[in-house]
Amino acid sequence: MAETPDTPLISARGIAKQFAAIEVLRDVDLDLRRGEIHALLGENGAGKSTFAKILAGVHRPTRGSIALNGQPVDISSPIAAQKLGITLIHQEPISFPDLSVAENLVLGRTDGAPLGRVPWTAMTRDARRLMDLLGVRIDVTKPMRGLSIADQQMVEIARALASDSRLIIMDEPTAPLTPKEVETLFTIARRLRDEGRTIIFISHRLEEVRALCDRVTIFRDGNKIATEDITSLTDADIIRLMIGRPLREYMHKQGATIGEVALKVDRLTKPGLFSDISLEVRKGEIVGLGGLVGAGRTDVARAIFGVAPASSGTVTVNGKAVVISEPSQAIDLGLAFVPEDRAVAGIFRTLSVEENITAAVPKKIAPGGIIRRVVEKTMAQDSVKRLRIRLASLRQPIGELSGGNQQKAILARWLLTDPDVLILDEPTRGIDIGVKAEFYEMIGELAASGRAILLISSELPELLALCDRVLVMSEGRLTADIPRADASQESIMSAAVPRSAGQAVAA
Amino acid sequence: MNALRSVFLRREAGIAVMIVLFVIAVGIAKPQFLTANEFRIILLLIPLILIGAMGEMLVLVARHVDLSIGSSQALAAIITGMMFKFMPGVPWPVGFVVAIGIGAAIGFANGALITLFRLPAIIVTLGTLNLYRGLTFIVSNAKQIDRQYIPSDLKAMSTGPVPWIIVIALGVALLTYWFANHTRVGRQVFALGSNPVAAPLRGIRVNAVTLMVFSISGALAGLTGILYASRWGFVNPSNTGSGFEFQVIAAVVIGGVSINGGVGSVLGVVLGVLLLGCVSAALPLLGIPGTAQSAIYGAVIIIALLIDRSVRQRGIAALAASRARA
Amino acid sequence: MTMTDQTSTPAATAFDAAAPRPRWQVILIRPETMTLLLLILAFVVSSLISPYFLDINYILSSFTIYAEFSIVALVMTMIIIAGEIDLSPAANMALSACLFAWTFQATGAMPLAIVVGIAAGLAMGAFNAVLVIRLQLPSIIVTIGTLTLYRGIAQIIAGDQSIRLPEYFIGINNVLVAGIPVPVIIFAVVAIGLAFILGGTIWGRQIYQIGTSEVAAQHAGIRAKRIKFMLFLAMGFTSSIAGLITASRLGSVRYDLGIGGELQMVLMAMLGGTYIFGGRGSILGTFLAAWLLSVISTGMLTAQWLPATQLCVLGGLLIVSIIATNFIYSRTQR
Repeated sequence: MAETPDTPLISARGIAKQFAAIEVLRDVDLDLRRGEIHALLGENGAGKSTFAKILAGVHRPTRGSIALNGQPVDISSPIAAQKLGITLIHQEPISFPDLSVAENLVLGRTDGAPLGRVPWTAMTRDARRLMDLLGVRIDVTKPMRGLSIADQQMVEIARALASDSRLIIMDEPTAPLTPKEVETLFTIARRLRDEGRTIIFISHRLEEVRALCDRVTIFRDGNKIATEDITSLTDADIIRLMIGRPLREYMHKQGATIGEVALKVDRLTKPGLFSDISLEVRKGEIVGLGGLVGAGRTDVARAIFGVAPASSGTVTVNGKAVVISEPSQAIDLGLAFVPEDRAVAGIFRTLSVEENITAAVPKKIAPGGIIRRVVEKTMAQDSVKRLRIRLASLRQPIGELSGGNQQKAILARWLLTDPDVLILDEPTRGIDIGVKAEFYEMIGELAASGRAILLISSELPELLALCDRVLVMSEGRLTADIPRADASQESIMSAAVPRSAGQAVAA
Repeated sequence: MNALRSVFLRREAGIAVMIVLFVIAVGIAKPQFLTANEFRIILLLIPLILIGAMGEMLVLVARHVDLSIGSSQALAAIITGMMFKFMPGVPWPVGFVVAIGIGAAIGFANGALITLFRLPAIIVTLGTLNLYRGLTFIVSNAKQIDRQYIPSDLKAMSTGPVPWIIVIALGVALLTYWFANHTRVGRQVFALGSNPVAAPLRGIRVNAVTLMVFSISGALAGLTGILYASRWGFVNPSNTGSGFEFQVIAAVVIGGVSINGGVGSVLGVVLGVLLLGCVSAALPLLGIPGTAQSAIYGAVIIIALLIDRSVRQRGIAALAASRARA
Repeated sequence: MTMTDQTSTPAATAFDAAAPRPRWQVILIRPETMTLLLLILAFVVSSLISPYFLDINYILSSFTIYAEFSIVALVMTMIIIAGEIDLSPAANMALSACLFAWTFQATGAMPLAIVVGIAAGLAMGAFNAVLVIRLQLPSIIVTIGTLTLYRGIAQIIAGDQSIRLPEYFIGINNVLVAGIPVPVIIFAVVAIGLAFILGGTIWGRQIYQIGTSEVAAQHAGIRAKRIKFMLFLAMGFTSSIAGLITASRLGSVRYDLGIGGELQMVLMAMLGGTYIFGGRGSILGTFLAAWLLSVISTGMLTAQWLPATQLCVLGGLLIVSIIATNFIYSRTQR
């Protein structure tokens, strides 16, 4: 097929992908034009990331074909993809932290004799040039370790430019960025598009997609549902296509009587992370803590819970001033903390579901030190029933459960401690909408039963639906305390944005 | 100069300062420590450790460890020695080829076990440390290779105003410096140790680089084998190379090479070896028995680890503070 | 409860949970089974080499040489499960024994000497613990450093000499209770005790949890640092006791007591199916592996293999055993 100006850059036909027995992509046909910014939307597990990874050579399709400029290609590995001009920029950029920026830019790009000379001066010069081109001021002789995530992303983009990539795939790039950095990113993306390159933009944020992208493709359950110009779809259309059913008002808040202050934090400070944090959470209340990634919310939670205590400030639980230097003390005081990253800080992947659920209540399952198996099993079974955890057996390793059920098990773990105060850090991250709804229900019930809940979340709709008040942190400080009645996406976002904030991200 | 490099320069300067202070301190107590003769003694103590340290540095930078270098030294030395003994007609330089070849082969075997079966290097080389030592005994029938069998030309390399073994050791250090800083594959070793997960995604052939690194470490250990024969004039299956790996690790850790990979400087390691050499040379002058050497090396490793950690912590704190300000 | 229509999409149910392995598989297909089978095999082969192996008394008395290392290996197993490692116990044994012997030589008071020996072992364990837990240095390199240090100090204290011990202290391995040598009894008792702790108590459970994910353990309120600290102390204590038993068996103490022991202990743990990266392993496995190693070593001795060959076999066994263990764990773990 001859290459004409109209030939799509990428033509994918019949792409399917299976992992073991599970089909994650079914028969996807998609054309990507040259000189466009194309969004891929869909719920978690819908297949958009998998499709992008196939283009980037990370996975091989089980079936189907891909043509690049009309020529069929086999994208067999990430290096093969790079050679074809396709670059994937991960959400958390992978790099070699101990090597300099300049080296990171060069490594793996060029073939050459292994014993060949490393052209340091030329490398540094080219690296500086690339950075200037992007309008980013980074010292290219510094090791990557010192850079912020936004800067690391810029380096990744520079890499893509250096290898003259025709297709640049960005997987959820904006989550860790400030609006100003997002604006810089978008400006560069637009410039790249105007140069005739193609950009794939994977994101959950509809307003960003609308601001940046030309066309959008929506995935659902492994199928490609639609590809349209962004201008021809409303937000409601998009959501409907994504979840396959009209968005129902399934998130509503149960009324709860709000009692006395259960958790009070006063002028909590940890240099470099957060300063002067003061807040209160009452029994029966759900207090939201919003803000951008990196604002310091998780650090505050970890400080309260004793994982990484603060340098100064006081914590008061149920009216008593306490010093919490490790989590076991926090638990004894009636606090519970569901951490953000369950894979790292939550589950014991290879241990049984039962052991995972009872991990925080050693005194209940082993009063004298010896484990009472019957007691443990009963507790675990109760939890499974109460939270509707779907599993094959309590004995199986928790790693075999789906993400949503793992998170339920972690929540079960903490509920067994019968806490007065529950701190939830991004509890529904990476969980599908159906299970999310179950979680919202449970959180509501917990508050109704008289517990105090501090809900850290980056999902504005979640905060708006559940919380009695929304606190907002920005760059380590509390910037707002918004009652439910006044809370809106705008009010939260404007408080979350750093002081020297940029404007709206519209083109 | 970027932040990490300047920390490093401080590290290397720090070691140099420690050397100077140590030499001055000992020199005050025992002035003969400051003579040219003493300097020569120090220089003669270090070539084997220096060469071994170059190989070990590369292995550590790649985020592995090689505990078998002492046994590799012994095995290579014994086989070379036996060649000298039973095949006296062979020209003595062939011994270098044999020793390095054997070292490279057993180094390759280490690397193969690690890459093929994805085993932790520490356990594999703990196993081969014993395996190779056992082979050394078997091959030699537990018999030492005595002085008369070691070619005199070889022994002469350790004598004279500027002994050849020192030149060789310096040459190896320079070669390692060039390899680590100015060749593509050398930089790949640093990249691999810095982020082993990212390495294959950036076109680094992880298995090939790992095999290479262990082969180099083995080859250099083999080189130290024949140089052992040169330096001491005999090879003993029980003593040769015994404890060598601990001396080398001590030197490398002092020199600032990180256990976590990705970080290491040839200059630092050279200074670390020099410091150890000064300490070793000072012991007999100060009347400390040779039996104390092990204890001192052990203490040195621990102290170096502690210094390493505090330097790193200060670096991280400085980084966090500067980010907070930004 | 109001929820969206729970139209279970295929992707959702497929991801809920993989089917569990049948119970018989869980019980039988594990590293300890491999160890048991190897043990039986070793017995068969050894008895073919020498009929002595059919005599239970011979087996028991030949095990006494390995009993000391075996006892420490049991504690070593727990440390490895917790995600750390300690390569210094053999050197600890030597230094404890040297200090014990030196104290006895200097004062003639046996009880005092014993106390000194055990205190020394505890102190060394505490030193390791502080470096690894408080100062957060990597345990592998630290214990390589301390092993060199302890052995070195022993060398300074004892020089090249053997310190002879009084007659009444020697020969504990010849003392039989119900036909079983005392060290073997100690080994069995310790094994039963630790198996109970590791398998049936909450601290044992927490050791597995810490080894699986220390971060998750910390977040769940498990006092990981304290538990690990205790393990290093236990290691020190056990090493000193093992050192004293060895001194009794040998009749005298030299600085090179127990040299090479760390290899044997790690080997026992690995042969017993302990996962080097932590989170998995068992006392039963190490118990069987100790016997296995004893049979193999004694068999080699009886077959008059050179010590060098035996060393090779041990080194090779270590490598083969981790390959096999890793293989089993990777296959049964999704």
